[in-house]
Amino acid sequence: MTMSEGDLAVIELHFVRQTPLGPRPAPASMTGAVGWLRQNLLSTPFNIALTIVIALLLVWVIPELLKFLVIDAVWTGADRDACREAVQHRPIGACWPFVWERLPYFTYGSYPLDQRWRVDTFFVMLAVGVFWMLWLEAPRRDLGALYFFIVLPVTSFILLHGFAAVGLPVVDTVLWGGALVTIVVASVGIVVSLPLGILLALGRRSQMPTVRLFSTIFIEFVRGVPLVTVLFMASVMLPLFVSEAYSPDKLVRALIGIALFASAYMAEVVRAGLQAIPKGQFEGAMAVGLSYWQMMRLVVLPQALKVTIPNIVNTCIGLFKDTTLVFIVGIFDFLRTIEVSRIDPKWATPVTSTTGYAVAAIFYLVFCYSMSRYARAMEARLGKGDRR
Amino acid sequence: MSLGIPAGTAPARVAFYNDPKVRSVAYQLALCVVIGFVVYSAADNAIVNLRRAHIASGFGFWNNTAGFDISQTLIEYSSQGSTYGRAFWVGLLNTLLVAALGIIFATILGFTIGIGRLSRNWLVSRACTGYVETIRNIPLLLQLLFWYNAVLKALPETRDSFTLPLHIFLNNRGLILPKPVGQGGEGLLWLLILAGIIATVIVHVWAKRRQERTGERAPVFLIGAGLVIVPALVYVLLTGFPYNFDLPQRGRFNLTGGVEVAPEFAALLLGLSLYTAAFIGEVVRAGILAVSRGQAEAAYALGLRPGVTLRLIVLPQAMRVIIPPLTSQYLNLTKNSSLAVAIGYPDLVQVFTGTVLNQTGQAVEVVAITMAVYLTISLVTSLAMNVYNSRMALVER
Repeated sequence: MTMSEGDLAVIELHFVRQTPLGPRPAPASMTGAVGWLRQNLLSTPFNIALTIVIALLLVWVIPELLKFLVIDAVWTGADRDACREAVQHRPIGACWPFVWERLPYFTYGSYPLDQRWRVDTFFVMLAVGVFWMLWLEAPRRDLGALYFFIVLPVTSFILLHGFAAVGLPVVDTVLWGGALVTIVVASVGIVVSLPLGILLALGRRSQMPTVRLFSTIFIEFVRGVPLVTVLFMASVMLPLFVSEAYSPDKLVRALIGIALFASAYMAEVVRAGLQAIPKGQFEGAMAVGLSYWQMMRLVVLPQALKVTIPNIVNTCIGLFKDTTLVFIVGIFDFLRTIEVSRIDPKWATPVTSTTGYAVAAIFYLVFCYSMSRYARAMEARLGKGDRR
Repeated sequence: MSLGIPAGTAPARVAFYNDPKVRSVAYQLALCVVIGFVVYSAADNAIVNLRRAHIASGFGFWNNTAGFDISQTLIEYSSQGSTYGRAFWVGLLNTLLVAALGIIFATILGFTIGIGRLSRNWLVSRACTGYVETIRNIPLLLQLLFWYNAVLKALPETRDSFTLPLHIFLNNRGLILPKPVGQGGEGLLWLLILAGIIATVIVHVWAKRRQERTGERAPVFLIGAGLVIVPALVYVLLTGFPYNFDLPQRGRFNLTGGVEVAPEFAALLLGLSLYTAAFIGEVVRAGILAVSRGQAEAAYALGLRPGVTLRLIVLPQAMRVIIPPLTSQYLNLTKNSSLAVAIGYPDLVQVFTGTVLNQTGQAVEVVAITMAVYLTISLVTSLAMNVYNSRMALVER
């Protein structure tokens, strides 16, 4: 039997692969650490130059920072001699014993020593309230809101200011200071500005011309002037506007200023949320016969506030940073206690100021950064429903 | 089909107090009464309190002699010969100076940071993110105090000044620079430069028209640089440089001559620029991300390089999104410059709401004037912004 051409083709086909080859690995220079470096750091001459500049900058800054905060820092000591180069004969970094000694002052200000448990209780109660409000799966969040916006303010006032009837001696607000004041100012700002801001936002979108006019004037006026001038107004003009018998004390005046200021900003944030609600929601609510307040409470605000949570948190971050400005009208907030301590002769060294400011920076950074992480997590969570 | 209502009957009457119109009028009247009462009682109390404190009201103090010194004055001012009104203008100009310079520096740095955060270079984007996250989360007041007290005030005393090149000295009194002194003829030089700038604007307009007509681009930047620099250079070569420099001289204890940049001013400018740059960076990043990816991809497909794509395709479209929030950052910077009061830079708030208020005791008038100034700046800017927005808004079908 001779082989036909067809048979020959079949035999030859046995030398050909039946399945495709697997992909070959990418060249070594494009994968792994080397590839990553080439792609992310060294892709063009300009990028190489940038990488080198930034790397040099980091190599210069990070070791210096570490040296100041940890390696050369002084950890124990009784007074300024521990932190002076002339005495210690070595380069000196941060002066931590200064911070250890002043930590109670940074936290409580001049609050009487035997009454400081009241401040601690306040901190714990506030932490519970904040946690309840921020954790979205927490049980009974309606009770949480009641606790945060009504129970907490009342009990905190009784606890911190004192109330003779329940056996708590009155502590004058002049003695309050440090982190206590910062946190009180920030919380009062948030607790007042959120409801007031919602009212102002509703007022600005109201059908009634006078309500709209007054809300708009208030919001635009407050947003157009610096907080410093609002605080000056609250601290110098407010006592003129009320009769002498009711003249509020210094801290209350600053609280009023901060709360009004924050309300105007909160109002604009809420208004943006209201504008994002489609008209059909309003019309639907009216069609089923809800009154204005029922419509807002049950239909519109829950949706509007949901989309604005990240912006509300961002406004709170701004408010928390702005509490430092009460410093200017003479209230001993956290920053002011540091500012006063750093010029204390007992600890006067060239590094005391920097140490104090480093502590303040860490304090604000921790609070604000965690808030902004929360806002971002919230944004991602709320965005889930809209992603396809 | 009948609805059960005989034709021709009037609709059921609603009690007048349930009529929405009546209610709305009643609510508004009530609001007006409440606000009127608050304003009235505040004014009444203010009059009583002021009379008791023997403080005259009105703006008569404006023309009284100020009697205090101001450390930095852009216009002529002396403690004996000048009035409170003059002090107001000095403070306002100082505010505007630091705000204008701050805006320039913050814009340059902010755009760099914002573009850097989107860079494909891992190190650059991480460094920019780190900068933004750190600076944004630390209060501006703390940053100002740090720059002023921990950095600038901690510099060596005058005797041990740092000597930088070009006869520049740095000490705890500030930065001392050579002071240019005109030798006559400098006016003509500035006139030449101004003419160059105007010519550049004309060339720019012409180039834009030509590009729209023919699609050809002209090297406007090079032409403009030539128009500004070449005549000035020729003039200087022909007649000599019209400025002499008054160089700061190191004396036995002191530095003499030169021009001083006060540490208060430097700290405020530094703090404001670095802080606002972080926010501008975020604005720029958001604007660039708002330009659809297809725009950049199309540009790459046409063979444009990344830098050119960014400059000619992405940024012009991003500006539409960037400019409104950018303006509000500029306003924030201007308002934040009032923190000068904490480090003693003589801005409007420090001079007027601080010293003048303490001396005259006329809290209402002084605070009102100060607020009116900031309010005017804000309102004028937002008015301009509205005009800009309506011109720039995308024209859709």
